Amino acid sequence: MFYRETGQYKTSYRADAAIFPILQDRIGIVVILLIAFIAVPLIGGPFFLNVVATPFLIFALAAIGLNLLTGYTGLLSLGTGGFMGVGAYACYKLTTYFPGVDLIVWLLASGLFSAGLGALFGLPSLRIKGFYLLVATLAAQFFLQWCFERVPWLYNNNISGTIEVPERTLFGLPITGPTATPTTRYELTLAIVVVLTIAASNLVHGRIGRSWMAVRDMDIAAELIGIPLLRTKLLAFAVSSYVCGVAGAMMVFLWYGSAEPSVFSIDLSFLVLFMVIIGGLGSLLGSFLGAALIHILPILIRAAPLAIGLALPSDVVEHLNLMIVGALIILFLIAEPFGLARLWQTGKQKLRTWPFPY
Amino acid sequence: MSLKWTSIAAAAAILLGFAAPAMADDSIYVPLFSYRTGPYSGSGIPIANGMLDYLTMLNERDGGVGGVRLATEECETGYDTKKGIECYESVKNKGPVIICPWSTGISLALIPRAAVDKIPILSMAYGLSASALGETFPWVFNPPDTYWDGYSTILKQIAGREGGFDKLKGKTIGFIYLDAPYGKEPIPLAQQLAEKYGYTLKLYPVAGAEMQNQSTQWLNVRRDKPNYMIMWGWGAMQPTAVKEAIKTEYPIANFYSIWWMGDDAVQGSGAASKGMKNLNWHAVGADFPALQDIKKYVIDKGKSQTPKDQFGIELYDRGVYNSVMIAEAIHNAQKLTGHKVVTGADVRRGMEVLNLSTQRWKEIGFDGFANALTLSCADHNGHGTLFVQEWDGTNWVKASGQVSPMTDVIQPMLEAAAKEYVEKNAGWPKRSEGCDHMS
Repeated sequence: MFYRETGQYKTSYRADAAIFPILQDRIGIVVILLIAFIAVPLIGGPFFLNVVATPFLIFALAAIGLNLLTGYTGLLSLGTGGFMGVGAYACYKLTTYFPGVDLIVWLLASGLFSAGLGALFGLPSLRIKGFYLLVATLAAQFFLQWCFERVPWLYNNNISGTIEVPERTLFGLPITGPTATPTTRYELTLAIVVVLTIAASNLVHGRIGRSWMAVRDMDIAAELIGIPLLRTKLLAFAVSSYVCGVAGAMMVFLWYGSAEPSVFSIDLSFLVLFMVIIGGLGSLLGSFLGAALIHILPILIRAAPLAIGLALPSDVVEHLNLMIVGALIILFLIAEPFGLARLWQTGKQKLRTWPFPY
Repeated sequence: MSLKWTSIAAAAAILLGFAAPAMADDSIYVPLFSYRTGPYSGSGIPIANGMLDYLTMLNERDGGVGGVRLATEECETGYDTKKGIECYESVKNKGPVIICPWSTGISLALIPRAAVDKIPILSMAYGLSASALGETFPWVFNPPDTYWDGYSTILKQIAGREGGFDKLKGKTIGFIYLDAPYGKEPIPLAQQLAEKYGYTLKLYPVAGAEMQNQSTQWLNVRRDKPNYMIMWGWGAMQPTAVKEAIKTEYPIANFYSIWWMGDDAVQGSGAASKGMKNLNWHAVGADFPALQDIKKYVIDKGKSQTPKDQFGIELYDRGVYNSVMIAEAIHNAQKLTGHKVVTGADVRRGMEVLNLSTQRWKEIGFDGFANALTLSCADHNGHGTLFVQEWDGTNWVKASGQVSPMTDVIQPMLEAAAKEYVEKNAGWPKRSEGCDHMS
């Protein structure tokens, strides 16, 4: 009834090809952004901002990064954890070498290092596909994690082998370290995530994104219609790793505050891959939905018994958590194998004809 | 779209639920970080039980500390830094008086926050070695010994067996460790001592993901034939190492472990693990009045999760020791401030005047349980004496006298490490906290 496009005439091709052709969607996006930028920091307590909102955005960004590669270009990767680590370690090295430069610059520049490494490890993708490529990226993951553990230069010879985030300010406000307020961190994270999401959206809706999807759907056909495979695949690896690298740097600088190499283990790669698969391959919205499900749901389940006044032992809660999340993942995948994004699509279609479906 | 509404309602619930701290005024909130799940739970469960049982006993027997009940709450970290930070954020607003992270990785992440949030950190014999210096780290405590104290004590023992430090020359001493901040901590000292005494140090790192598969490391051990092996292991890494040592026919009597080796590490290997050596600073068992009170007031009343056969084992007693320090610090804080309900800042002061003398141990029902431990504003560690215990097939038995660590070597290293930490963390606050003395 409310969600209907009747009467919204498109008078140009430009309007017709817009990302959000329906007025209600555009209003919705603006409302969501307003809520995210203004309402959430006002209402949410420090726990919500530090543990729920900021990590969710960082995971969503990492999922977008992997989605560009796996969802849009059809190249499977298990190197996400490693590439995120490259971003984090690069940012750490850069900001300790050049403490005078604004951290934002380094956060965004650190992605370039993972982009370079991503392109390098993406080279085999020209010859191999599917599970074989998965194994090749697995090698990248293990190699990179090995570097984080074994190259003391990367962590400035720190005795404990960890990277510790020094305090950095932006316009006089501390953005890292213990004195940074949750709101500052959240707003900064949100700003970077929004900017990179818009960039990613523009990429996938333009020529580059179309060539990625052509490669995904059938690479021989794509090559025949004149899409250079090497360049397209490597670009996908580079852009994907760039986004993952920035997410990794943000993870350490705006969330953890310090990181040991095991943070960037294969578990992280799997976690992000699950977010992408459950959220929906080839969908930016799906990346957010997947990150929400995988990151926020366990926190909710952990908080649930306390909220209803049930004092369960902490290990029982943790085991219940694993079982419930696992069951839900299977349930979602049975209900909608194409992920949460498709579920939203179906819902949207139904909403358009509501209350008189035909 | 019921899913959407459920999630919105749920999100609203956490928004509201965590916005306001909800703690009663008449109790002292002591959150306990524990890990009863995951690959490290073998070590984590007895520790968690020991910590919780002692505090529960104080509540049941004495009505808490100084007449104020302790509100305990466990938070499951799974020995994972991410979950540890989540736990910290979730308890931070409820006014915790002390945090025991029970993981070196989590400690490192929390150390910078302690001074800002005014919550002291007690990382008992783990964490950042340099945090022993109260001048630089007023909010962090790591008694009764640092990992450097531990390593140097083991080396002293080895030198004693060989007949003097000069006999170490030309020997090979292997170091097998969990490849995490925890296991890496003693390496700088090990390298320095190797240079000083002329022995060869061989490093065998074990990655956390592969800790149950150590065949490569032990293959190297077989090749290198180290005269002694020293282990910094945790969780499932330890039983695996003991099994592999037996399999490669490494003389188990020459195998030393830092104080974190529990019964679970050697039980599985049966008689073959007889002679395994382990560092410790407190007694094992339940023949102490306070532990008997735990049995009487907590375990027999069904208020504990402790299985009968785990009561009084080494790591259980370790958890109890940790809680004794918490209770003592709260007790001191109450004396210093005159308040019944104390805050984190008060308990920090209480930790600095911690004085567990032999007399005091006796008073609280732990006669002969552990050595005297005295902390001060400058010394947040104590560097107490340690001893070696040996597995006799069923129990840990004391196998050496009290050995004091090489404080002369360690103190300069601690100072250098603290200086480096301050340099790397630009803007590290200078100590502004006052210093208390208690007679």
